[in-house]
Amino acid sequence: MKHLSKLGAVAFLVLLLVAPTMLKSYGVYLFTYWLIYVIATMGLNLTVGYAGQKSLGHAAFFGIGAYTVAILMQHGFSFWLGLPAAVLLCFGVGLALGFPALRVQAIYLAFATLGFTTAVWLFIRNEEWLTGGTFGINNIGRPTLFGQALDGALPYYYFVLAVAIVMAALLWGLLRSPWGKAFQALRDNPIRAESLGVHIQAYTLLAFAIGAAYAGVAGALFASLVQFIEPAPFTVAASIMMYLMVVVGGPGYFFGPVVGSAVGVLLPEWLRFAQAWYMFVFGAAIVVLMLWLPDGLLSIPERLRAKRLAREASAARAAAAAALTPNITQGAQ
Amino acid sequence: MSGAHQDALLQVQDLRKSYGAIKAVGGVSFEVRPGEIFGVIGPNGSGKTTMFNSVLGQIRPDAGRILLKGREITGLSPRALNQRGVGRTFQTLQVFGKMSVRDNLIVAAQEHRGSMFSRMFAPGESNLGAKADALIDQFRIRHVAHKRAGELSYGQQKLVDIAMAFMSEPDLVLLDEPCAGVNPSLVGGLSTLLKELNRSRGGSFVVIEHNMDFVMDLCHRVMVMVEGEVMAIGTPDEIRANKQVLDAYLGN
Amino acid sequence: MTDFLQLLFSGAATGSVYALAALGFTLLWQASGTINFAQGEFVMLPAFIMLAGLSAGLPLPLAFVATCGVAVVVLGWAFKRGIADPLFKFGMMPIVVATIGLSIAMRNGVRAGFSAEAHPFPGLFGERLFTLGGVTFTAADVGTLAVALVLVLGTQAFLQRTVTGRAMQAVAQNTESATVLGINVPRMIFYTFAINALLACATALLVTPVYLAKFDMGESLGTKAFFAAIIGGFNNSRGALLGGVIVGVAENLAAAYISPAYKDAVALVLFMVVILFKPQGLLGFKEVRKV
Repeated sequence: MKHLSKLGAVAFLVLLLVAPTMLKSYGVYLFTYWLIYVIATMGLNLTVGYAGQKSLGHAAFFGIGAYTVAILMQHGFSFWLGLPAAVLLCFGVGLALGFPALRVQAIYLAFATLGFTTAVWLFIRNEEWLTGGTFGINNIGRPTLFGQALDGALPYYYFVLAVAIVMAALLWGLLRSPWGKAFQALRDNPIRAESLGVHIQAYTLLAFAIGAAYAGVAGALFASLVQFIEPAPFTVAASIMMYLMVVVGGPGYFFGPVVGSAVGVLLPEWLRFAQAWYMFVFGAAIVVLMLWLPDGLLSIPERLRAKRLAREASAARAAAAAALTPNITQGAQ
Repeated sequence: MSGAHQDALLQVQDLRKSYGAIKAVGGVSFEVRPGEIFGVIGPNGSGKTTMFNSVLGQIRPDAGRILLKGREITGLSPRALNQRGVGRTFQTLQVFGKMSVRDNLIVAAQEHRGSMFSRMFAPGESNLGAKADALIDQFRIRHVAHKRAGELSYGQQKLVDIAMAFMSEPDLVLLDEPCAGVNPSLVGGLSTLLKELNRSRGGSFVVIEHNMDFVMDLCHRVMVMVEGEVMAIGTPDEIRANKQVLDAYLGN
Repeated sequence: MTDFLQLLFSGAATGSVYALAALGFTLLWQASGTINFAQGEFVMLPAFIMLAGLSAGLPLPLAFVATCGVAVVVLGWAFKRGIADPLFKFGMMPIVVATIGLSIAMRNGVRAGFSAEAHPFPGLFGERLFTLGGVTFTAADVGTLAVALVLVLGTQAFLQRTVTGRAMQAVAQNTESATVLGINVPRMIFYTFAINALLACATALLVTPVYLAKFDMGESLGTKAFFAAIIGGFNNSRGALLGGVIVGVAENLAAAYISPAYKDAVALVLFMVVILFKPQGLLGFKEVRKV
């Protein structure tokens, strides 16, 4: 089984490297778009899926990342300054958002993060002097790497792919590290975690901050991809959509964001001819998913395995019972 | 009865807690010596759990002091208690269901020393994996160590739960009804295991339990609580012979 | 001063509509721990059903009654049995996510299946204007405020003075005790869902003439109702009324005195302040419920 999944991962990587060469530039653009959302939702998966927090505020960080890069580049700074600036700013704001999380229980936290998204969106929309308001910022350039401007669709795609792989590797390492274990303890059993010395407050803040930083990276890449940004992709609906992507893929599954983003970004494009009906089906599918697969699409193998084990266990019990009762059935007088 | 021993590990002095007009704990005092297994028994409503939770920082007592190695720990948070060397198990299973057994044990120790940053960036002598493996072998759960804790049977999860409390090598471990829900045939094994841990690690245990055989077999001394007060403290033999206790509680 | 009073009054009228939507939302939460993110769409759908009835030739009152019937079955019974009941034991987030999905499905279902355009809807109160002490009031504002107030207070009275209502309150406060007392808990919860559906129909009747019937009319209404419920107090029915009026008035005043662009921000700021300092809302009490 392990060999199969390793083979699958390699095949997937090969697909990611080769497939775009066979696509037209719009197709490549789409794949880049999808990878950017994978990065963003990886961060949200950390906050929500691995640390158990309720964050409906991710699009705000995505927006902060995008606008940081856009504004800096507009004023003549390089992308390579914009990117770390976006990450640091998002990390800081993420920490700040974590503070209400400490005071506020579960569902109210979800509400508070929604409020946060609206606040950031309103700021972006209204402060024209900084963000261009509804007119947005255009002519955002592409970064230059080793002297080459990544202006083409394909070069930029490979750049984003490289960043995505680096971010994924960092996340993988993080999840295996003491911090990763502490996050999961926080998710699975905060009371026990606390009695074992886990600093609940600090790890909660960290979960928000690191998740936000990922969205910052994604936002920075997004600005350079679309080269014109305006407030629309950073609304409450977008935050909710990102949350749904994590949920659909499977919270706490490493590749959940890959699947979830594909469903949220790629599928609507491929089904574009049925756009309005697509969203209807998406919405209905979410409902069905919650009723039958509350742990997301990637939980399917596990559920099948659990069902198989349950079947085997009850078959074993039945066999054991049968072995014990022949006397009763035969000896009835 | 018992003067204040300077070498007592845990001292509870005149602990009181009331909920409105209901007196849950009324002036309970006792000591636990280093290396001792100390049992607490009593009928339901006797205040054992309230007393326990007061020691463990879940409840703030109305009056009284709790001292660990001579230093006051009254009202400290669960996390602070962990840092001072107090471990505990819970009545209901409290494991990290989605993490492997081994990771459960590693987490149970990793936050005890150092800071968040030193843990990640300067691990130093982190041999937590080896410590976890040692406990896994001592608890004889090697065959399920790689599985997710939530997938184990109740009895196995119980063992993981208890093992977690020992990972940070606490001086004092409080066990809240360790036999609850455990198959009667496994209770003897649990008693042996706890005795082994007590001998090899040297810490003190405080055990709340209803299973009388288990308590009498395991504990060096036993305290009987009735209606929020201490009725008797003594060795299992002394308790079994105590007429007051027999009348009020044991019945046989 | 007259401007201020006018804004106050029309804000109160708008707010009373938010209050209606918020009231159903709050009742659902209290009775069954259901957080209905599709509440706005629960208002949108009846608006369109009434439109369908009207275009089929039914007079408005009849269309309204028929819609109420459909709403109780679909938005009450089917919603409860299909979504709320199965998900209740998994905690709040699955229900939140499911109702988010439901709102997306409803919105886009209407858009794709019926129409993406805004449709006019007959008003109830005519175009008359009243003047009192120099302040001008529209018949619509007066009528809306009156009807909404009657409905909110009527629902309150029902809950507090009738046997069924008190049974419903008992279920909301302590389901286990209610069962022990012999109350048919599932039925009481169904009544709550039914009342929510009816209140949504009434909201549709009052609000659609102003905002026109469009597939996305539920979005902002749902958000406002949500804010109103939280601000007023999530576990207190009177809170919905207070919260709704506060949101309606604050919005109006902000649009006039600060800037129309930040109109939405006011409700938001109030909401954030309440969440951070008194999450149970202005009139709410500390939550003891364990979900």
